[in-house]
Amino acid sequence: MDELPILSGDDVVRVRQQVRTVAAKNGLSLVDQTKLVTAASELARNTLVHGGGGVARVEVVKSLNGRSGVKLHFADEGPGIADLDLALTDGWTTGGGLGLGLSGARRLVDEFELNSKPGAGTSVTVVKWSR
Amino acid sequence: MDRVPILKIGQTLFVSIQIDLQDESVMLLQEDLADELSATGARGVIIDITAVEIVDSFIGRMLTMIGSISRLFDAETVIVGMRPAVAITLTELGLSLSGVRTALNAEKGLEILNGKA
Repeated sequence: MDELPILSGDDVVRVRQQVRTVAAKNGLSLVDQTKLVTAASELARNTLVHGGGGVARVEVVKSLNGRSGVKLHFADEGPGIADLDLALTDGWTTGGGLGLGLSGARRLVDEFELNSKPGAGTSVTVVKWSR
Repeated sequence: MDRVPILKIGQTLFVSIQIDLQDESVMLLQEDLADELSATGARGVIIDITAVEIVDSFIGRMLTMIGSISRLFDAETVIVGMRPAVAITLTELGLSLSGVRTALNAEKGLEILNGKA
């Protein structure tokens, strides 16, 4: 299990590279690798920009029926999110962007869990399974 | 910070992205391109993303903005060389890169700029 700091733009690139390496080693197709790395990029940026920095964890998981997958966990101790449903709506943004980061990342993975409370930080866990 | 080089050939600016893009590098590229367009009066921009492994919402938005900025300098932007996996992922992410043209490769991109397409 690797824990990676997300404190700069360079760290975001390192997280993407690590996710790519682990996903390629564990049987994800090129398209699925690309989807997972793209989701990781969105989530790592959120951790940096909205969470004020945090950590990422990349692990390999096995499903009950023997499929392997890659699980990513992002956590920050930033201001948190007051309205989770709103934050997951396409086009909703606080940062002047397109509002596709969180909602788009959710579409790119197989499992997505968002935990956050105002003042208590944010954590996001996602899984992409090999096919 | 890695900087993406810009080459001027005739009336066209060529950008081939060969690094793992971080947000600051893309913003720098946007500024450098605006400066080059203003200084050279180039009529077209070709951005080659053959080596780019992912385009997320930020990079996608920046590419669209580069297209808009180019138009203010009377230049057209063509994005070329997108990988199939990137195209699939971009679409699922919900990004259409509206406002910039795309072409299969640099040669076809140049044909568009030269009005042959």
